Amino acid sequence: MRKAIICTFGILFLTLALLTAQDHSHHNHDHNHSHDHSSHGHDHSGHNHDHHGHDHSGHNHSHDGHHGHNHASHGHDDHGHGHHCDCGKHDDSFDAGAVAFHHIMDANQFRVFGDINVPLPCFLKSDDGFKAMLSSSFGNAGHGNGKYAIDKYVMVHGTVMRVADEGFPMGKVEVNCYGHEEIVKDGKELPLFTVSYQGKCWKLHEKSTLDGGILGGGITSFYDFSITKNVFTMLLGFLILFLLFRTAAKAYTTRKGMAPKGIQSLLEPVVLFIRDEVAVPFFGHKADKFLPYLLSVFFFIVGLNLIGQIPFFPGSGNVTGSLSVTAVLAIFTFVITTINGNKHYWEHIVWMPGVPAWVKIILTPVEIMGMFIKPLTLMLRLFANITAGHIVLVIFVSLIFIFGGAPSMYESGNMGGSILGTAMAIPLTMFMMAIELLVAFIQGFVFCILSAAYIGAAVEDAHH
Amino acid sequence: MILAKFYPFIPEPGLMLWTLIIFSLFWFLMSKFAFKPIAGALKERENDIQKALDEAKMARQEMANLKSEHQALLEQAKEERSQILVQAKEAAEVYRKEQKEKADSEFRTKVDSALEEIENRKMEAMITIKNDAGQMALDIAEKILNKELKGDPAQESFVKGLVDEIKLS
Repeated sequence: MRKAIICTFGILFLTLALLTAQDHSHHNHDHNHSHDHSSHGHDHSGHNHDHHGHDHSGHNHSHDGHHGHNHASHGHDDHGHGHHCDCGKHDDSFDAGAVAFHHIMDANQFRVFGDINVPLPCFLKSDDGFKAMLSSSFGNAGHGNGKYAIDKYVMVHGTVMRVADEGFPMGKVEVNCYGHEEIVKDGKELPLFTVSYQGKCWKLHEKSTLDGGILGGGITSFYDFSITKNVFTMLLGFLILFLLFRTAAKAYTTRKGMAPKGIQSLLEPVVLFIRDEVAVPFFGHKADKFLPYLLSVFFFIVGLNLIGQIPFFPGSGNVTGSLSVTAVLAIFTFVITTINGNKHYWEHIVWMPGVPAWVKIILTPVEIMGMFIKPLTLMLRLFANITAGHIVLVIFVSLIFIFGGAPSMYESGNMGGSILGTAMAIPLTMFMMAIELLVAFIQGFVFCILSAAYIGAAVEDAHH
Repeated sequence: MILAKFYPFIPEPGLMLWTLIIFSLFWFLMSKFAFKPIAGALKERENDIQKALDEAKMARQEMANLKSEHQALLEQAKEERSQILVQAKEAAEVYRKEQKEKADSEFRTKVDSALEEIENRKMEAMITIKNDAGQMALDIAEKILNKELKGDPAQESFVKGLVDEIKLS
């Protein structure tokens, strides 16, 4: 979503700013999506996005969730000088990396523009039971934050989190502000989100993840099965593709015996390409059986890649740049390969014919590892390519603000620098978008042809 | 919020579950309602095109066959014509020869009959001339004899004999 605003309006507005020569600090914080607290009423006590800036007492506090209680009295009064929750500290310098990383994150609401969000359904599961609601129930305190906590759940930067503490009330309560700091856990620097409620600082849990703590996630106090921004984008892509293909498929009956026309002639060469260049070479006479899967994978990935390229609602979702999505797609290929594997395939994995016994002993573990490495590479390649594309695009657009060199998000920067940054950002972004368009198709095709190669190897007839 | 936690890289059960559901549905519905009908229609069309090409080829072949048949017929007709011409010429020749022979024979017959006629006339004329000449000689001799051998029967028969001899020769 950040890319949405930045790409379409950032450049346009900057030009406007040059014309009107008014206070462009205003424009700046419109465009770089910094956290302007004036917009939702409280002073600069809301967020802290800078882990360099805050003192180390912050770390210490965060280790102890109840520490906030001790400082409750003054913390509440003088609005965040770091005594509790770290709500107060505010480093305003523009951080392109942070913008980019936030852009590629999934979210529980779909940001359209500014503080306007499309609400999405939330399905949350914790020890307290199952909870279903709309993300808009959290209210809007700006910057993707919710105004309320509902049954211990809160909305922080567009993501649902949960108060870990037993003492926090159930039901709907209004919260003050959200904090964010870095803690060191198992030698890893990890973010810790906090919420301030009735002057106390409450630690927040992020949703459970399946990395087992290796990547900084792990099982927490709740699971999130919401229709997130990515799920929404997937459903949208599904719908668009289904309607397109349904139209084309119908045309084959209504326009039978006639030359293809419209959507039909747009999709037909692609379908033929996948059939003749992917399915037939790898599957031969079995092509018909596997063609629908290959086409599904190809169009699903390409469709979502392209929707992700649209820089505004309902595009911009980083679906195929999420490991969860690419992992599931890779699992599909893995499962199809495994259940369709014939005797010849398993023989080559378990006991490779035609090589000496001692080589077989080495080869077998390698082949078994290969079975799993193949889908892993599928998963990582797609993820890395799409995520990298999204990050680079945001960084290029951010050149405007980097060159502008504003001392903070709320002060005006250097006009000359901004112009230079814009002059660089426009061609680079255009170039990158063109490349990404290509990448969208290439990655879909690569996933498709490699899936065909893996499955094809498993169903291939013995030829020696 | 920097690289501390790279959210897109962390597998989330919720997103994975939804991807599983959505992609399964996508695969099923697209296969059933889009990919299979399209693939079928494309195959059918390819077969139709192949069939049409084959038919065109066959039609061409047939046409070529017809053409060669026509050619053969034409050749035959030409041959027949020339044969007929030759026969006609021969017939004409024969007819002319016949006519000529007929004419010749008629001519010869006419000539022969003319020659015969001439011979007959000649003989007639000869006879007449002989008779006349005998008469004349007899008259002359009679006159001579009348004058010198008057009354001599021997002389008269002798002369008569002589005249007969002339007649006979």
